[in-house]
Amino acid sequence: MDSIIEGFKKAFILIFNLNTELLGIIFLSLKVSGSALLVSAVIGIPLSAILGLKKFPAKGFVISLMNTFMGLPPVVVGLFVYILLSRSGPLGFMGLLYTPSAMVIAQTILALPIVVSLCHSAIVGVDPIIKQASMTLGATPFQTTITIIKEARYGIMSGVIAAFGRVMAEVGAILIVGGNIAGYTRVVTTTIALETDKGNFELALALGIILLTISLLINVVLHFIQKKGMVK
Amino acid sequence: MNMTLRISNIYKSYNGRSVLKGCSFSFDRGGIYVLTGHNGSGKSTLLRICALLEPPDRGEINYLSGSNIIKKDTELKRRMTLVLPKVGVFNTTVFKNVAYGLKIRGIKGNKMEERVNKALDFVGLAHKKDQNALTLSSGETQRLGIARAMAIEPEILFLDEPTASVDMENTEIIENIILNMKRKDKSTIVITTHDMSQAERLGDTMLIMSEGRIIQG
Repeated sequence: MDSIIEGFKKAFILIFNLNTELLGIIFLSLKVSGSALLVSAVIGIPLSAILGLKKFPAKGFVISLMNTFMGLPPVVVGLFVYILLSRSGPLGFMGLLYTPSAMVIAQTILALPIVVSLCHSAIVGVDPIIKQASMTLGATPFQTTITIIKEARYGIMSGVIAAFGRVMAEVGAILIVGGNIAGYTRVVTTTIALETDKGNFELALALGIILLTISLLINVVLHFIQKKGMVK
Repeated sequence: MNMTLRISNIYKSYNGRSVLKGCSFSFDRGGIYVLTGHNGSGKSTLLRICALLEPPDRGEINYLSGSNIIKKDTELKRRMTLVLPKVGVFNTTVFKNVAYGLKIRGIKGNKMEERVNKALDFVGLAHKKDQNALTLSSGETQRLGIARAMAIEPEILFLDEPTASVDMENTEIIENIILNMKRKDKSTIVITTHDMSQAERLGDTMLIMSEGRIIQG
């Protein structure tokens, strides 16, 4: 118990002293997860709109696939990306393994199904009368699609933030493809895993507190967005 | 009147049930046309087809400029509008709801503001322009639908049961708005209603529908 209390004390000292190692790790985490989220949103929001608004063969299958992939085990994604990017793999020539880019690719694969599934739910949840209202006012099919996406904005934001929460807390995939290289691919979660193994609880606890704070902030923002979307 | 509408022998079925059975008419006199008849007589379907929201199974629908048929493209669709019985309200302010039709036409700035404010004044919602439109009452929502249509200054305005879901007070307000629009604007207004007394109060031309046919017009 004493060691835990001692660990917390040292962790707070590290946080309040703005330890450079700590800041570097947090910055890289936000950069990797933020980039993965951006890529997922850019691909995922239009894809969810197509799934929600257009009719095409195998649409139901794609939706089921995305829903299933929401629960993808990170280590399996890590393994898959590792095989693709390893020197003997099909994308080995790009030399991306053990780089932040490889971590972004792995986290994008994890975030994309969450963004697509939750944004799809938000888009199909928009009252069909909105589509008709838009058409009766002279909107083109593209303008109508944009209008529906705008109507679903609060649900879409919730989906994107939920995906951010998932990738920020993920450790398995980035550990495999990033290699946990100090100062280069070492992020919050992989550092916690490593420092815990080494018995160095101060840094692990400090990062744990920060990760929890980020998670809390994400949930506060999510709650605020959902509340804003509800009109009394 | 700039643009006239001619429908010839319009048929429409849904799941094997015939809704329209050969409707023909020319909307070429301007003013207010009232399409009346019992529920299920095909009024709303005919209005949706006239507003080019859905195609007929058979028959022709043509908009004419003089004797020339106008191509059915986005440009034509933007010269008319249909206010549905349930107004689809966007989750934003009353002002932005009314501005929608102008924005998608590329009308911005002062011109847009002026037209939106004018339309809101006309329907008595100017004081609520910054309020979220989803918070309006059903009567106000119907007036918002009319303001949204008015702002785009359509040549033909279709109103599908504009007072079906509102109270007596709002019915009177909406009827006055429609009559004022007729006096003020040159647009042709086509209204559906199952209320015969309302049809008589508003209509310059009355069309009676029964079992998918225009039986008097």
